[in-house]
Amino acid sequence: MTDLQITTPVPMVGSSTAVVDDHTRGAAGLTAKNVACWFGTKKVLEGVGLDMAPGQVTALIGPSGCGKSTFLRTLNRMHELVPGATLAGEILINGVDIYRGAVPVTDVRRRIGMVFQKPNPFPAMTVAENVVSGLKLSGLKVTKSEREDLIESCLTKAGLWNEVKNRLGDPGRALSGGQQQRLCIARSLAVSPQVLLMDEPCSALDPTSTRRIEQTISEISESVTIVIVTHNMQQAQRVSNRCAFFLAAENEPGRIIEEGPTKDIFTNPRDSRTEDYVNGRFG
Amino acid sequence: MAFTLRRRRATEVTTDEKIRIRSVESIDVTVMIGSAISSFALTQLLYETFLPLSGALGYIVVWYALFLAISWIAVRELRGTVRAKDHLARVVVWSGASLAIVPLVLIVLYVVGKGYHALRPQFFTQDQRYVGALSDATEGGGSHAIIGTIQQVGIASLIAVPLGITTAVYLNEVKGRLAKPLRTVVDAMSAVPSIVAGLFIYAAWILALGNQQTGLAGSLALSVLFLPTVTRTAEVVLRLVPGGLREASLALGGTEWRTTSRVVLPTSRSGLVTAVILGVARVIGETAPLILTVGGAFIMNWNPLSGKQDSLPFFVFRLIRFPQESQIARAWTGALVLMILVLVLFVIARAIGGRGPDHIGRLKKWRLQRKGLA
Repeated sequence: MTDLQITTPVPMVGSSTAVVDDHTRGAAGLTAKNVACWFGTKKVLEGVGLDMAPGQVTALIGPSGCGKSTFLRTLNRMHELVPGATLAGEILINGVDIYRGAVPVTDVRRRIGMVFQKPNPFPAMTVAENVVSGLKLSGLKVTKSEREDLIESCLTKAGLWNEVKNRLGDPGRALSGGQQQRLCIARSLAVSPQVLLMDEPCSALDPTSTRRIEQTISEISESVTIVIVTHNMQQAQRVSNRCAFFLAAENEPGRIIEEGPTKDIFTNPRDSRTEDYVNGRFG
Repeated sequence: MAFTLRRRRATEVTTDEKIRIRSVESIDVTVMIGSAISSFALTQLLYETFLPLSGALGYIVVWYALFLAISWIAVRELRGTVRAKDHLARVVVWSGASLAIVPLVLIVLYVVGKGYHALRPQFFTQDQRYVGALSDATEGGGSHAIIGTIQQVGIASLIAVPLGITTAVYLNEVKGRLAKPLRTVVDAMSAVPSIVAGLFIYAAWILALGNQQTGLAGSLALSVLFLPTVTRTAEVVLRLVPGGLREASLALGGTEWRTTSRVVLPTSRSGLVTAVILGVARVIGETAPLILTVGGAFIMNWNPLSGKQDSLPFFVFRLIRFPQESQIARAWTGALVLMILVLVLFVIARAIGGRGPDHIGRLKKWRLQRKGLA
């Protein structure tokens, strides 16, 4: 299992010739073991271990500055893009180490997609181009009909197809904020990721768009493992199966205080700090 | 009374007539005119009666200063100190901006006025082959100089634009170890006097390597000046691309090269066009580096790789020093044509790539439709 090398391109939706490889398609499990992070000499995260099971939605909650976004960014090797950022520990996708293994970093990021807090469609691309931009960026070739199918299926999964099917040639930024964020989700789905990381995807959106994105999350969670950072307790309750509560004491690195099924975290927390936080008494 | 009247009128508005939002009220205009008149009267009094002053420039300065002071006092009385400061700042900014436009307009008008006499269609088609000392200014033309300038600046941009943008990508996207010293070098390069650039190419390319004075040698000298301008501008432009776009591209599994070529550069396209325009503007009017390198010519030379060439600035520089009126008139026409050329190049550049990244041109639309992306 662990010596698995990912050299074949991720099979595309609608592609009949794709090589079927069970380990590079379908929802994958993600495991973090004893992860610690630094920015320069400042340690911001310590001893984080978390199991994100395949096809499950895991919510990371906690007050600002507790390291949950940093942790999320270690999961697809985005953390290292910050100058001076380092980390320790192990992160495994289906049992394969994403840092020390033979998997190239571009493959890691394609298999573990990410949706950011601020919608960021590519300004120089149309709606349709944005959806399939991941193929172009990672050098995957598809035929015209495959591309058209992919655009429709991804936009449908992201709950955007009906709104934009007549606007595929418009610039990506011509859409509203909520539509842009769903376009970003569609863009992430187009490269068939096994895991999708979402960093407060709804914090810049109105309630209607938030609801649509939550719908999308529940619809796609069967085929892709989701890890979502959110400040919204109701959202965490609505969308997630499991929950991890992060907390950082003053001048100390963040840690996971408690982790378990969402229901337990919210109704029957073991730690008093978790109880205080989920009930809105601090943070 | 007046207050209630106004209120009643406001509530009775039922039409779709748009509210006219006026930033300048008539009382303000009155104050300005009054201040202008009274400061003029005061200046006149100072100059003609009280003080032993003379001179037009001093007169205008004193008038302007008095105008500021009087309108300041008037507005303060009328609206209070805060509004008066606002008013003063507005007047100063307005007059500063107008003052900056004056020389620009004067230059254009002066060159047009001097140059249009000898401007005939054949200026664009003929060279100075059959022009003698006593020929009319309308005889012959400057086509050899126009072609020379276009070729030299064209080759210089072929050298400097790819090099400059690559350097900017290195400075801003790769952020390699050499970025800091390189930036210093580029800064130093942008301070190189243009005659030194010409001397450098003369010494290194013509004397040391034994090449001739050609259009190419001129292009090399121009690209020394072109490169730092385009590099620094392109670097600033690339820095404006939001980091979130790079992260989004990398998070999709994009490589660094594809992130740069497919996301960063297309997003900053219009800014990069500006960088190229600034670079062209920097070199197209240069005379000094060309004197030593292109040699100058009176007849057409289509080949920038061999033989001496002319260029418009050099053409102007040479002819303006002749004693004959006709030659001087030709020089002014050359200056006018140079300005027209710059204008045309800039309009073309803006039309090709000047719009924002959101703009989808006809060609791109057609390409997208063919691929099923629109």
